[in-house]
Amino acid sequence: MPETAGQTFIHTPTPGLPEFDYIKPASLTAASQFLAEHAGEARPFMGGTDVFVRMRDGFWTEKYIVNVKGLDGMNDVTFDPTTGLTIGASVNMNRLIASLEVKEHYPLLAEAAHTVASYQLRTRATLVGNICNASPAGDTIGACMVLDGTLHIHGVDGMRKEPLSTFFVGPGQTVLKPGDIATAITFPIPPAGYAAKYIKLGRNAIGDLAIVGVTALGFPDRGAPSGYRVRLALASVAPIPLVPTQAEAILAEKPITEATINEAAQAAMDASTPIDDVRGSARYRKLMVKNLTRRAVTQVWEQIRE
Amino acid sequence: MAFHRITLTVNGEIELVDVPSNMTLLQLLRDKLVLTGTKNGCAAGECGACTVILDGEPVNSCMVLAAECDGAQVITVEGLAHDGTLDPVQETIIEQGGVQCGFCTPGILISARALLDRNVDPSDYEIRDALVGNLCRCTGYLRIIDAVREAASRAS
Ligand SMILES: Cc1cc2nc3c(=O)[nH]c(=O)nc-3n(C[C@H](O)[C@H](O)[C@H](O)COP(=O)(O)OP(=O)(O)OC[C@H]3O[C@@H](n4cnc5c(N)ncnc54)[C@H](O)[C@@H]3O)c2cc1C
Ligand code: FES
Ligand code: FES
Repeated sequence: MPETAGQTFIHTPTPGLPEFDYIKPASLTAASQFLAEHAGEARPFMGGTDVFVRMRDGFWTEKYIVNVKGLDGMNDVTFDPTTGLTIGASVNMNRLIASLEVKEHYPLLAEAAHTVASYQLRTRATLVGNICNASPAGDTIGACMVLDGTLHIHGVDGMRKEPLSTFFVGPGQTVLKPGDIATAITFPIPPAGYAAKYIKLGRNAIGDLAIVGVTALGFPDRGAPSGYRVRLALASVAPIPLVPTQAEAILAEKPITEATINEAAQAAMDASTPIDDVRGSARYRKLMVKNLTRRAVTQVWEQIRE
Repeated sequence: MAFHRITLTVNGEIELVDVPSNMTLLQLLRDKLVLTGTKNGCAAGECGACTVILDGEPVNSCMVLAAECDGAQVITVEGLAHDGTLDPVQETIIEQGGVQCGFCTPGILISARALLDRNVDPSDYEIRDALVGNLCRCTGYLRIIDAVREAASRAS
């Protein structure tokens, strides 16, 4: 109905967040207990960069939003030359990128994190949130997988570890149970002489989600027939972050040549089962898996070959 | 829905406010504190019009809960000028013509100020990288980048 003169103009702001109760527990124990007691109606958050978008869009309707940032030791980045790197769950991506230890020993983590959104979003977004969100497009998940990351989980029964290799169940779904809170991710010392690369294909050079993402990490390994091992992880081409094991096996078994790399790239393409969406068609994604796997493996190979 | 009593410092002023759980920092600034310089473009973390400095780092204020800001220090575009003197990024964006409709400008100014606070001599790539999260539909960005480069050179 057209507005008539004299009627008050009613300002309708952009729909904000739906109603919920914000909870800030004082300890990990209290947080796990609250989340378990309110299973199905409570959700933990750190940066909230996935949570608030999903809630605003009506996909998630939890009654309680639980701030688990900064609980017992979750804010620290530590490096130990024998055991490796620990990144507290609430360490934001900008801090991760700026960390000298990450730069020196795990530059792949910084490289992958730097492709996520924008600087101001990365002030909030976390590595562990990217993993727990379990989007197949998560940019840092591949890096965490090839670097052999392990999540440390606090649940109602205490602490346990979850390797990333078995963590993802489906899009947005993980093995986490109500009450589980990831407190940190740890990485062992990377293999001697390794090199790694993350290639993200987006619609823009930066600032968009991945149409396809390929992570490769290679290192000399006398135990492998080819003398090398290359770990691979693919983003946005399957319901979960995908490890193309056949491609990895080819690179471990056959002398590494251009033909071997092509064969592995083909195997990675064959392993992927992408969908059509607004960012790209399934067919395009499959072809890009092949091209980008070839490119990533070639770049890594050039750095590690002896 | 629960309410939370929080104290925060905005542009040097201490504010004591009661906020509902689902209020964002952006809504707190605009609707409660009437600091309407900070803009709401998308309310989804995409456009950067709502960028403010929270405890020293730029954030999308539409993606932060007000309730989380108890004890926080916030700087908005209204807090960039001091004693009637504009911040160098404000001066140079005016001089270079880096403003057209002006909707993105508060967010750009905040991102630029935050960049220069952490990096006094940014390269062109670093300027562009710092502004990836600030969309501008008008200027084509070049004059904005010129302005940030010029502000950096004046400060050093
Ligand atoms: C504009 C925009 C652009 C984006 N661009 C990208 C991009 O380019 N690449 C990309 O990969 N992602 C992108 N994202 C998604 C998002 O920013 C990342 O996934 C981010 O890393 C999530 O971290 P967070 O701390 O904000 O997670 P949150 O939103 O806090 O949480 C994410 C999920 O993890 C769960 N969770 C959080 N913390 C814990 C915990 N401690 N224990 C257990 N579960 C937990 C939550 O319940 C939720 O399910 C973008 C988001 C926005 C809004
Ligand atoms: S309004 Fe916050 S990023 Fe657009
Ligand atoms: S000046 Fe209009 S959006 Fe930037």
